[in-house]
Amino acid sequence: MALKTTEIEAKGGRSRHRSLGLSDEQALRIYEVMRLARAVDERMWLINRQGRAPFVISCQGQEGAQVGIAAALRTGYDWVAPYYRDAGVILWFGMTARDQMLSFFARREDPNSGGRQMPGHFGNRRLHIVTGGSPVATQLLHAAGVALASKQRKEDAVTAAFFGEGAASQGDTHEAMNFAGIHKLAVVFVCENNGYAISVPQSHQMAIENVADRAAGYGFPGVVVDGNDVLACYEAARQAVERARRGEGPTLIEVKTYRFTAHSSDDDDKRYRPAEEVAIWRQKDPIHRYATYLRDAGILSDAVEEEITERVTQQVDEATEYAEQAPDPTADDLTTFVYKQELKP
Amino acid sequence: MAVKTVIEAIREGMDEEMARDPSVFLIGEDVGNRGGVFLATDGLYKKYGELRVIDSPLAESCIVGVAIGAAVNGMRPIAEIQFADFIAPAMNQIIEEAAKFSYRTAGDFNLPMVIRAPWGGGVHGALYHSQSIEATFAHIPGLKVVAPGTPADAKGLLKAAIRDPDPVLYLEHKRTYRLVKGEVPSGDHVVPIGKADVKREGTDLSLIAYGLMLTYCLEVAEKLAGDGISAEVLDLRTIKPIDREAIIATARKTGKVLVVHEDTPFAGIAAEVMAIIMENAFDALDAPVMRVTGPDVPAMPFNHILEEAFMPNPEKILLKARELAAV
Repeated sequence: MALKTTEIEAKGGRSRHRSLGLSDEQALRIYEVMRLARAVDERMWLINRQGRAPFVISCQGQEGAQVGIAAALRTGYDWVAPYYRDAGVILWFGMTARDQMLSFFARREDPNSGGRQMPGHFGNRRLHIVTGGSPVATQLLHAAGVALASKQRKEDAVTAAFFGEGAASQGDTHEAMNFAGIHKLAVVFVCENNGYAISVPQSHQMAIENVADRAAGYGFPGVVVDGNDVLACYEAARQAVERARRGEGPTLIEVKTYRFTAHSSDDDDKRYRPAEEVAIWRQKDPIHRYATYLRDAGILSDAVEEEITERVTQQVDEATEYAEQAPDPTADDLTTFVYKQELKP
Repeated sequence: MAVKTVIEAIREGMDEEMARDPSVFLIGEDVGNRGGVFLATDGLYKKYGELRVIDSPLAESCIVGVAIGAAVNGMRPIAEIQFADFIAPAMNQIIEEAAKFSYRTAGDFNLPMVIRAPWGGGVHGALYHSQSIEATFAHIPGLKVVAPGTPADAKGLLKAAIRDPDPVLYLEHKRTYRLVKGEVPSGDHVVPIGKADVKREGTDLSLIAYGLMLTYCLEVAEKLAGDGISAEVLDLRTIKPIDREAIIATARKTGKVLVVHEDTPFAGIAAEVMAIIMENAFDALDAPVMRVTGPDVPAMPFNHILEEAFMPNPEKILLKARELAAV
C-alpha cells in the first residue's frame, strides 16, 4: 500500500517539501532522478537476463534514501563516497544514464573505470564522486580524509559516505567514525540498512537494532530515518549537512530500507528471504510513495508524470543503444594507468 | 655539503617539503608533540601546527585510509606507520585501494601520497620490530617502493616520493638512522625514483643490495680489495620500479653477482634480481648468481644469538663473496 494521504498530512501536510525549503521544481527533480535510477536498473536486469551483459547490482528500493540524501548536498562542491548500490546518489551528482550503461557494458568510454570495474563501482573526480572498489567500508576512511583536507584548507565542503549495514561490521567503519569524531570533520555517514548483507540478516550482523546508536560512541549524533520516505531522508541529511558545514562535526544517518532485487544478478534471494517479505516492502516502494505525495500536493499531474516517463525512457533507450554499440577497450589498454606517471615496463 | 645521519636527512627532507608546499602534511602515531618514536618528525609539530602534523589514533588502516582521502582532495599526505611490522592492518587500504586508484579509474584519480615505514633488524627489536616488508609490497603493481641506504639518498628519495603523483612506500632502515652518516648535498637535492646507483666501481664481481645491507656490502668490498678482488657495489635504492638496466649492466660487467638482503628469500627481491639477470645477461655470467638473505622463518627473534643467526652481516656476506670469486 502506498502511504495514505492522512499519513502525509501527519508528516507535515501537502507542502511538506516547501517547509523543507524545496521548490516544486526541486521536488519534481528528485522524483525524476529516482525514476531514472529505477529505470536504468530495470533495463540492466532485462539485458542481463537476455545474456547481453554479465552482471548487474541493484539500487531498487533504495532510491528514496539515495536521492533524498544526495539532494541535500551541493553538487560539484561537496563530495560523495558512494557504495555499489548508490545509482541514485551518482545520478544526482551528475552522472548520466549513458555513463551507467557504458559501465554496465564495460566499454572503453565508461567514465568510472574504462571498463575495468564491475558495474556499481562508481567514481568521477570532476563530479566529486570518490572511486570505490569492492572491499566494503574502505570508502568511509576516504571520506574522512577528503573532509580532513577540506578542514585543512578551511573550506566548508561536506563529504557524505554511504555504506550498507553489513559494512558497518568492518573495522574501517569504526576507524573512520572515530577519526571524524575526534576532528569534528564535515562528514555525513549514511548507513543504508536494507536488512541483509547478501543473505545474512541484520540479527546476525549486530546485536543492536539501530546502527545509528553507535554514533554515541564516537561523540556525534546518530539518527534513524524511514529510508523509503524521500523527504524524511532529505530532511535528516539537510540537518546533518548544515551541522557539518558549520564545523560542528559528523552525523550518522541510518536509513531503514530494503532492496527489492537479489543482491546481484548472481544471487538467488529466495534461498534466504520469504517472497511475502519482499512483497510487503514493495508496497512501501519509495517511488510510488513519493508519487502519491506529489500528486496529493498537486504538483504531479498525469501529464507531468507522462512527460517524466517519456524523458526517462528516452534517456534509458538512448543510453542503452549508445553503450551497447560503443567500442570495447583494446588489449593495449590492459597496461595503461598502472601509475599516473607512466613508467617504462 | 654537510655530514648528516639518515634520520637527520629524513627530518630535513620532510621539513623542506612542508615549507615548500602547503599541501604536504604528516599523519601517524606519536608524530606530533613526541616527534615520532625515532624523532623523525621532531620539531615539525611546533613549526607547522596540529593541522599539518596530526597525531592519529592507534589505527593503521585509519592512517592510510585518511591519507588516501586527503590525497583525493588535493593534499600530499605523508603517512607514518610507526614500525613496518604494524602495517598489516592497513594492507587492505594500501593494496586494494591506494595501489588501484589510478588503474581502476583509467587515470581519472591518482594519489600523491607517501607511506613511511621504519623497517629492518639488528636493533634487538624481536619479531615485531625487525621485519622486512619490501617483497610483499613490491609484488603489488600500482605501488612504488623505495629503500634508501645513505643520508643523501634518504633525503633525495623522500623529496622525490613526496612530489611523486603515485603512492610510494618509503622504507627507512631503523638501524641506519644513526649508524650511517654521510655527505648530503645542500639545496634542493632530489634523487629520482627508479634509479639504482653504483656506490663502488669494480670488475671481478657485483654485490647488489639496499638499505642497511648496502653499508655491509661496502665494508665487504673493502675487505675483498685486500684479497685482490675488485667488487662493484650496486645500491638498488628503489625496489619498485626496479632499475633493470643497472642490474643487467653490472652483471654484464663482472659476470658474477651476489644479491644481499635481510628479508626472507622465497619469492624475494633477490629472486627477482636473479630472474632479471637470467633473462637478460645469462650469456655474460661466469658463475651462478648467488644470494645472502635472512632465513625462511616467520621473523627475527629477540635473543641476540638468534637475532645474529637471522641477520646477514659482513662476515656472512664476505664468506659468500669469496665463494663466488673462487668459482
